[in-house]
Amino acid sequence: MASKLLTLLQNSVFIFIKDVRLEFRTRYAVNAMILFAITTLTAISFSLGPVRLDPNLVSSLLWILLFFSSMSSLSHIFVREEEQQTSDTLRLISGPIPIFLGKWLFNVVLILCLEIIIVPLFFILLNASVQGMSIFIVVLILGSIGLATVSTVIAAIISQASVKGALFAVLAFPISLPILISSINGTRLSIEGNNFSESMDYIQALFSFLVVIFTVSLLVFEFIWKK
Amino acid sequence: MLVIVGAFLFTPTAEGLGESTRILYFHVPCAWVAALAFLVSAMYSIIYLKKQNAIYDMWASSSAEIGMVFTVLATITGSIWAKAIWHSYWNWDPRETSIFILLLIYAAYFALRSAVDDNEQKARLSAVYSIIAFVTVPFLIFVVPRILESLHPDPLINTEGKINMNSKMLVVFLGSLTGFTFLYYWILKLKIGSYQLAGVIQKKLGKD
Repeated sequence: MASKLLTLLQNSVFIFIKDVRLEFRTRYAVNAMILFAITTLTAISFSLGPVRLDPNLVSSLLWILLFFSSMSSLSHIFVREEEQQTSDTLRLISGPIPIFLGKWLFNVVLILCLEIIIVPLFFILLNASVQGMSIFIVVLILGSIGLATVSTVIAAIISQASVKGALFAVLAFPISLPILISSINGTRLSIEGNNFSESMDYIQALFSFLVVIFTVSLLVFEFIWKK
Repeated sequence: MLVIVGAFLFTPTAEGLGESTRILYFHVPCAWVAALAFLVSAMYSIIYLKKQNAIYDMWASSSAEIGMVFTVLATITGSIWAKAIWHSYWNWDPRETSIFILLLIYAAYFALRSAVDDNEQKARLSAVYSIIAFVTVPFLIFVVPRILESLHPDPLINTEGKINMNSKMLVVFLGSLTGFTFLYYWILKLKIGSYQLAGVIQKKLGKD
């Protein structure tokens, strides 16, 4: 039983490394994501000028930015497989669970890399600062893993549909809403101060939703993947 | 059946605190049926994935169609009531948000169905989406209103889960709820019947 689990994890890591290598050859998804985020950030910052925003606006803008950046490129992992017609080969060499885990890991790493670059830039350009750093980091990480999870499973669904791009955002948005609501509120609280008790509600909601959606996605992926 | 439904919905004119509260008898059952339709759709989606029989997909999508209609009704009745009581059509109150998200989920479900051509794939992918989307519903309905403050009145969302309504109102309300549920079930059966008839006719036409 343990060895089976180990093989599963090993396979996921292999698929993850394969995707990372492919990504480094063309750097398509990374570039698209970072450029999109920087463009949006520039537009926001430019149009706002030197105005100081209140925490509500700052946290909303941050998560809008992150959400749309994920919408622009997190579907790449599955769509590329379909377009380059390597998906059938992938089906042959591995069971569905390692594929899901590997792709999920890739998306998580991708969104975290984006955040390392964008989030400091965001706060610098918008002239805002975070008072409760620990809450902020927890909310940020949980929220991004949530967005990555939702993106992975929806990307798998749309990779088999016809009108890929628009459908991705349409399908992903309702499911991302609980994540966005909790994250925006949590971030707002962390910007205002180090208020652990209030933000605990949101962090709990985020964490439980994340666990639930990850489990359901894992279980359901098999049905998406098998033709 | 429809007579019973009609009778229940017309008796409320005798009761209610303040004229506008009577819309409660329409609005809440609409929202309840919308959520119920979605639950039924998700259940049939699970059964479809297990048994791979196309008839379950028919149940799932019919239930979703009806659910969409009721969600729109719930949103509109809620909005009208909001204008009457709180003097604004839309406030992003947690419950309002949840019903709006339900609307989005239904719209996304039908967008997905229209984007996939192959029937078996369509059924499979929309079943999966139905299940995933259904996971978010308990969160939106129960978790969010507990955390954030809500404009919706207390009998509906108090933390003990009790119903503190005037007993007369309660009777009529429950009757309306039951009536709406029967209405939903009746329409669902009609839909399934008509789809099956269409299938039979198609087969006969195909043979000729």
